[in-house]
Amino acid sequence: MRFLWSDVLRRCACLAAGLAFTLLAGCATVRNSDPRDPYEGFNRAMFAFNEGFDEAIGKPVATAYREVLPFQIRVRVRNFYANIQDLMIGVNNLLQGKPGAAWSDWTRFFINSSVGLLGLHDIASEAGLEKHNEDFGQTFAVWGMDEGPFFVWPFIGPNTLRDTFGFAADVAAAPLGWAIDDNATRYWMAGLYLVSERAELLDVTTTLDEAAIDKYLQRREAYYQRRRSLIYDGNPPRAPREPPPGREPRSDAAPQQAAPGAQQAGTSVPREPSNYGAVLAAPRGKL
Amino acid sequence: MGRSMNRVLTYLLTGCLALFVPQAAAAELTPPDTLVKDVTLEVLDIVSKDREIQAGNVQKVIGLVEEKVLPHFSFESMTALAMGVHWRQTSPAQKQRLTQEFKTLLVRTYASAITTYRDEKFEFLPLRAKPTDTDVTVNVRVVRSGRQAVDLDYDMEKTPRGWKCYNVYVGGVSLVLNYRTEFAAEVRKSGVDGLIGVLEKKNKQLAAGTT
Repeated sequence: MRFLWSDVLRRCACLAAGLAFTLLAGCATVRNSDPRDPYEGFNRAMFAFNEGFDEAIGKPVATAYREVLPFQIRVRVRNFYANIQDLMIGVNNLLQGKPGAAWSDWTRFFINSSVGLLGLHDIASEAGLEKHNEDFGQTFAVWGMDEGPFFVWPFIGPNTLRDTFGFAADVAAAPLGWAIDDNATRYWMAGLYLVSERAELLDVTTTLDEAAIDKYLQRREAYYQRRRSLIYDGNPPRAPREPPPGREPRSDAAPQQAAPGAQQAGTSVPREPSNYGAVLAAPRGKL
Repeated sequence: MGRSMNRVLTYLLTGCLALFVPQAAAAELTPPDTLVKDVTLEVLDIVSKDREIQAGNVQKVIGLVEEKVLPHFSFESMTALAMGVHWRQTSPAQKQRLTQEFKTLLVRTYASAITTYRDEKFEFLPLRAKPTDTDVTVNVRVVRSGRQAVDLDYDMEKTPRGWKCYNVYVGGVSLVLNYRTEFAAEVRKSGVDGLIGVLEKKNKQLAAGTT
């Protein structure tokens, strides 16, 4: 694949035109009203814009990255960034009241940074220190912050309001941000990280696209399920089993949490409790 | 005396029957965690040896999935789960067609995911359930270097024909429940028949793209 700046410029122009169009089209039709997603028109427009950007730039660059670099090199790149992230994962574990997990994350960082050659090799995992997934969005949830409405931000993607603040905190606290003074180096590091992450997800997004009936709804539901699972460290309380086929289902599985006057969504995806703190204070169990 | 003796015997016998019959039945069924492990390892073994599958031959994987994996899934339960409250307003004929189309779509997705399988390590976690449970979750972890492990959770129900999977979670995201909003949106827009039509069209497109 050849890389041409004229090509990039042309794609950017197409994107701008596409954005203007989708904004108009998206705001005109708001289809399904889910109480979690009051700005669906705007969000659908932003989603379409992000998909366009990904189609035009994200996917081609990530595909080229995957074709040019051998698997072993890509794993080193991924490990390098993952190692640095362990620092803030530890901080978040501590903020969530899990000092044991935090200690494990920092031990990982010290082992991988030294024996693992600047994090290129994930020795700690082989030694049995498990990699965790924490961020400020999850910490805010554990602290009991309401999740707020759903937003799709340009270039950033789906976030609840809580995760938007979480994302801002993640970026502000990113170790590479404050460890590197030179702006150019910082941007190149961030760019490589984004390309590496997108390349990791190429297979997943292809499978998801094939499976989707309405991509926007699919990604929104997956986002909510995934975040919920992460907040509960992989053990979220399950909604009770639906009645098996043939028997009468219960009238509605969704707890009626919507404010009075808010439209009732036809969906019955289990809603998250608005206060994680109280829920998590109960049996956290398996850690 | 003889009559009360008889009664005691009857109690004892029924008691014994009650004790032994379920256990005898249970003994014939492969336990759910063993089942998941055996099927996963068998499929992975075939995939890791098959060059055509690694090259992305989806049709071949679909064949493999249909032979090895499908018998252990309950697609009617899956479809009911994805439909939620709308399952009630679905006629038996619609249920049958809907289940068929949803099954085709899920098999296709599953097969497409398998072709991307690289050398990840699978860990089979011990089952956290009582022997009397008829609805359990089997946990599998996929371990990769420098990444948090991905949890695969299989919700399984006990049926007379063995344990059947009715829901799969990947990294906490249920592949089945995730369809609920999309299904509900289609049903509201154009009814259950509309949804069946959308799925039929989607499956045809995917099949045409495979060749």
